[in-house]
Parts: sequence; C-alpha cells; structure tokens
Amino acid sequence: MYKEYSIIICSGTSCQKGVPGELTEIARQVLLKHGLDQKTKISLSGCLGMCSKGPVMIINPGYTIYGKVDAGNIGKIIENHIVHKKEVTEHVIHEDHLFNRFYSIFGDMDFFGKQMRIALRNCGIIDPDDIDDYLSVRGYEALARVLTDYTPAQVIEQVKLSGLRGRGGAGFPTGIKWELTAREKEPVKYVICNADEGDPGAFMDRSAVEGDPHTIIEGMIIGGYAVGAKNGIVYIRAEYPLAIKRLERAIASARKEGLLGDNILDTQFCFDIEIRLGAGAFVCGEETALIQSIEGFRGMPRPRPPYPSVKGLFGKPTLINNVETWANIPVIILDGAEWFSSIGTEKSKGTKVFALAGSIKNTGLIEVPMGTTLREIIFDVGGGIPEGRKFKAVQTGGPSGGCLVESDLDTRIDYESLAAAGSMMGSGGMIVLDEGACMVNIARYFLEFAQNESCGKCTPCREGTKRMLEILTRITEGNGMDGDIEKLERLGRMIQKASLCGLGQSAPNPVLSTIAKFRSEYEEHVIDRKCRAAVCTRMLTYEINGKCVGCTACVKVCPTRAVSGVKMNVHVIDQSKCIKCGACYEVCKFKAISKQ
Amino acid sequence: MITEKDKKSALLEFIDNYREKDNFESYLIAVLHRVQEVNGYVDEASMDLIAHAMGIPTARIYGVATFYHFFNLKPVGKYIISVCMGTACFVKGANAIADKIKEILNIETGETTKDGLFTLQEARCLGACGQAPVLMINNKIHGRMTPKKTADMIKKIKRNALKQKVQGQR
Repeated sequence: MYKEYSIIICSGTSCQKGVPGELTEIARQVLLKHGLDQKTKISLSGCLGMCSKGPVMIINPGYTIYGKVDAGNIGKIIENHIVHKKEVTEHVIHEDHLFNRFYSIFGDMDFFGKQMRIALRNCGIIDPDDIDDYLSVRGYEALARVLTDYTPAQVIEQVKLSGLRGRGGAGFPTGIKWELTAREKEPVKYVICNADEGDPGAFMDRSAVEGDPHTIIEGMIIGGYAVGAKNGIVYIRAEYPLAIKRLERAIASARKEGLLGDNILDTQFCFDIEIRLGAGAFVCGEETALIQSIEGFRGMPRPRPPYPSVKGLFGKPTLINNVETWANIPVIILDGAEWFSSIGTEKSKGTKVFALAGSIKNTGLIEVPMGTTLREIIFDVGGGIPEGRKFKAVQTGGPSGGCLVESDLDTRIDYESLAAAGSMMGSGGMIVLDEGACMVNIARYFLEFAQNESCGKCTPCREGTKRMLEILTRITEGNGMDGDIEKLERLGRMIQKASLCGLGQSAPNPVLSTIAKFRSEYEEHVIDRKCRAAVCTRMLTYEINGKCVGCTACVKVCPTRAVSGVKMNVHVIDQSKCIKCGACYEVCKFKAISKQ
Repeated sequence: MITEKDKKSALLEFIDNYREKDNFESYLIAVLHRVQEVNGYVDEASMDLIAHAMGIPTARIYGVATFYHFFNLKPVGKYIISVCMGTACFVKGANAIADKIKEILNIETGETTKDGLFTLQEARCLGACGQAPVLMINNKIHGRMTPKKTADMIKKIKRNALKQKVQGQR
C-alpha cells in the first residue's frame, strides 16, 4: 500500500543501545495522535554507518537525516517535520547524503562522497525484515538470472573475471576457490558463510547481516548453484543476537517465497540454509577451525592441505566465504564482472568495508573503492582526529595486522600495498590512534588477545605468545631488561614461521610492526623507564604542583599514606611510598597533581 | 514452579528435535547454548544428561564447553556485567572501567559477588565501537561509559535490588 511518508529508524546495535522498539513505539504513538498512522510507514533499517551521530532517523520524502534522536525528542521532531512541515534544524545532519547506485537521488557529500557502497548498498535503505523491500531493489534478480541463463561454469567464470578476492582478510581469489570446489565429484557439498567476526574493533559483518541479510542469502544460493551444493550454513557469533534474529527471519521469508528449499524458482535446483552459532572463540574464524566447530568439536585448526574445497565439513568438499564476499556476488552478476573489475586497483578489485573506530570524528562503517588512500579514509571520510589532537598511527587487520604511521598515510588500500607497508588488509577493522596512545601498551593488548585465544594445539603459538606477553608486560611495568626488544623480535619471527594456522602465524605482527615503527618508544620504556603517552601507570611519577590549595582530599584517599601536608598548604607526595594507583589524581579538583 | 525434572525432560525434548538430522552429534554446541539459556550456566548434571542422550562422552562435552569462552561453567549472578575489551574500547579506557567495577564489587573477572547479584565478565568486542567505551548489563548496551557513570549505575542496581528484597519480605 502506498504511504505518504516513511520514517526509517536505524536499528544497528550502536543506535539502539539495546532498547529495541522504544523509539518506534513513541513514533507510532505520535503518528496515531495526529491521525497519520495510516499514511506513514515506519521501518527499522540496519546500520547506516553514522554511529557517532546516532541514534539516526530518516524521514522521507526529502531524505532528511536526523541525528542524536532519543526517546525525549523523537516525538517533537516527527511532529514538527510531518505535521508542521518544519525541519528541526538542530538535529538535521546536513553534510550526509547517501552515495548509492540505486539511489542516485541522494547526491554526493563529505561523509559519503569518497565512499562507494556495493556490499553495503542496501544497508540503511531497506527494511531488513521485509523481503519485499529487498525485492524492490532488484533483490533475487541475480539469482533468477543465474538459474535461467547461466550454467554453473559460467557463474564461476563471471566471479573469476570480476577479480573478487576474499574479504575475510587473506584475499584469496574467490573465483578460484569456487572452481576448486566445483571440480570435486562428490554428490554432497557444503557452502558456508563465515560470519564469526572475531577481530576486536570490527563490526562490518554484524552490520551487513543486520542491515541486509537477503543479500548474503542470495549470494550463498548462487554459490551453491555454481559449485553444486545443496546445503548452506551460516556460522555466526552468538554475541550478535540481533543479527541472528534478522537472519532467521530472512531465511524463513525466503523459504516462503520459494527462494530457498526444493525447486527454487521452479527450476531443478534445490538449496537450503541453516544457522549454526559460534560460542566465542576467535580461532574459529580460521576455516579449518570453523569446520571443527560446526562438527561439534573444540575449534582447533588442522594442517592444510587437504583444503576444505577437497575435504571440508563432514569430510565433504566445502566452499567457505566471508559475509562481505557473499554480499558482492549479486552485484557482480547483475552489473557484470567487467564493471566490477573496473573499480579498484590492478590486483584488488571492487570496494572494501572498514569499521572506523578509536580516535576519529566519524566512527562507524564506511565502504570505499580499493585504491583509496589511508589519508582520504581517515581525514576526508572519517573527519580526522577530534579535539585537535595529533595523529599517531592507524591499526589495521586487528590482532593479525600492524600499525601504520604518518609516512604511510598515502598508501593505497589494497592487499599488496598494505602488506608491503607492514600491515595487512584484514577483515576491515581500522583503529585510529592519537598521541595519547602508548604503542607498547597497544602491542601488549593485541598479544594478550592472541595469547588468550590461542587454541593450544601447536607449541610455537601456545608457548611463544605466552613468553612474548611476559616480556611485554614486564616492559610496560617498568621492569624491562637489556635485550628484551631483540628477544621479542627473535621469538616473533619464530612464531611466524613455525605456527600451524593463520592465527599463530600472524599473532606476533602487532608487536613486530610497532617495534619496526616505534623502536624509540620501546627503548624509552626499557632504558629510561618512561612512557611518553603516560599510559603505563607503573612508570609514572605523580607530583603536586603549585595549584594545590591544601584541601587534603588526596591525603584521605591515598592508600599508602604517601601524601602529606598541612591543611591550606601545598602537599607533597613521598615517591618511595607511592604505588602509582592514581587515586589522588582522580580525586583532585584543582588539577594540582601532574603525572609524567 | 519449574522442577529439575521438568528441566531435564525439556532438554531431552530439545535434543530430540535434532535426532532426525544428518550428523546429529554436530549439534552439541547448539544444545550447550540451550542449557546456558535456560540455566544461566552449563552445569555438570546437564553435561552428563547430554552425554547419554547424544552418545558423546562427557569428557568430550566438557572439552567443548571449556574451549568456548561463551559458556559459563559456574553459576552467574542476577546481573551480568560485560565490559567490552575490544580495541576501540581499550584505547578509550575500558581498563579503568573494569578496575572500578572490580574495586566496588570486590571480585575479579569471571567471578560472582557473594550476594549472587553481579557477575563480571570481559567481552571481546560488542561491535558498538562507535559508542566506546561500552559495557553490557544483561544484554543491554551502555555507551560512552566513565568509571563514575559505572559506579553510579551499580549503585542504582544495588538500591533497586534492596528495595525489591524489602518489598518481598513485607
């Protein structure tokens, strides 16, 4: 039914803050009050990527985007906008319109200007719970075309021609993976979508599944047709309840429409998808570990070959692709491999989704063509560093990646150049660090993560990361020893070479890359016992300066009675007693305590 | 009132849903998810029950349950506080928030307070990096946290719990 207005409320995890339906309910009440409920469609969209301005609401026609919407002001905004025809200017987000192939009316602008949305083309635009919405943006058209016009070999040819490479991080050519699986003669084969997004600081897959689950389903059906599989499995993190719910609903409605199940679209082809939940193990993002986990075992990797394309799930040939890879498939079929391969660089085609986080103005999801420079991503799309602080480094690739510095900013994003610069593409987490970050501490953080997540199967990873972590911890605590940095380098290289799976081989990367780029900072920690970012607390010295009014607040909180002084007079800290807990620093209202 | 016996037969019924499927044993993790959903944690009695029902040695089930971080092997409190330790939250001071909670509740990560009210956990990444640092209390995400805000929140929950207890006694 035709509706005069539509209100789209972003329902990504960041915008909803876990109060599902609250904003929608208020909006519904307000519309009811003014008799507009029949004329207006309220829908929830997936993540729009403007998390820093969230919660976000869009009112159509006119595509007015409102930011920082909450239970207190949503009623007033809707009333003013729809009833009184007046924009609530202080909440309107001006610079943001959408670049989108299907929605060119949205124009171009700062945040979206350098972006190009292929994988996320529908996120934030359609209602993920409504299959009709997806169908209206040419959804399942690619599937129909494939089933009627293409042989499986032709589909694979298209994917190969497109130059699409695995978006999970390693960048293996997708078409070749498909071909290898198709080549096997087994009657039973499996197609898996890897949605076990484990990198801390990355949320691309969550948003893609929450915002546009049908694209992934469509991609998987096409994949199943191409390689000759009837069974699809989505392996998704249990930590993403909303994404799971949306996916379940999407699968159910696709089944109802005859897009999943037996004789899809009245052809001979049969395919169905089931969801399997992960249970919080980072290593299960690795394909052989993921297979172990689906089979109901501990998620431990096994040596390859045989590759999953030959012997995968339950011993059958298995095709595993990442969420973002699947989301690209329908576009490649519809717009052609040639068009797709015209985007990007020589060896990396298409676009890449990144999750921007850390010290950056526009935290959120972005999708840019391959070949965009880091500088453009951080300063144009991301809006730069907030509060006038200085850029220090950008971390890509999560616990398997590395840090890139100022001089690397003009590196073009593609698999090869990021690797050459000392980091990696990874699945798309991008954490921006300013001068307030201590690189040794960041390295320790990632190593602690890797150590925690090591499955314990092979010795280099299990024992090696533990020893490295011990050394790093001792450095951050001010007990670094001569030769520690060299030991880290030697151990790191050994772990890289001798570990069984990708997790182990890449675990030392954050440490090695920060040593390579910030060696002087490591040396300061070890030799001078100093942390220039004032992060490693054990190395700090707390001192009381002239601003002290003698209120005695610090004397009261000090657990070791290191602070002394007479009321109304400047106090002093006895450094020999100070345990550097920071309690005095926190309690002081006069900024009279400085830490260095 | 749900008795232990009801719980037991409900779990067996849940397992039977999968019995007809190919590779029946592979649904072990789904079954463990179910146990935790109902119980709050994976208890040993349930593991034994699953072992008999699915024909998998308890030792292997225990191995699986301990491998995955998502499964709790000890009873949890009424309020589960998960502090996000994702990179974005970490660089924005998640440690200080976790330390504050440990200090107030006098527990370490993974432990439950003596009154059974709070359990402290660390989450790998809740995917709400735009609001960093975040924490989650019983599946509700709270963004842009500070140690002070955290302390206030815990105080409020404690006060409400006390109120409920007093009302319950009346």
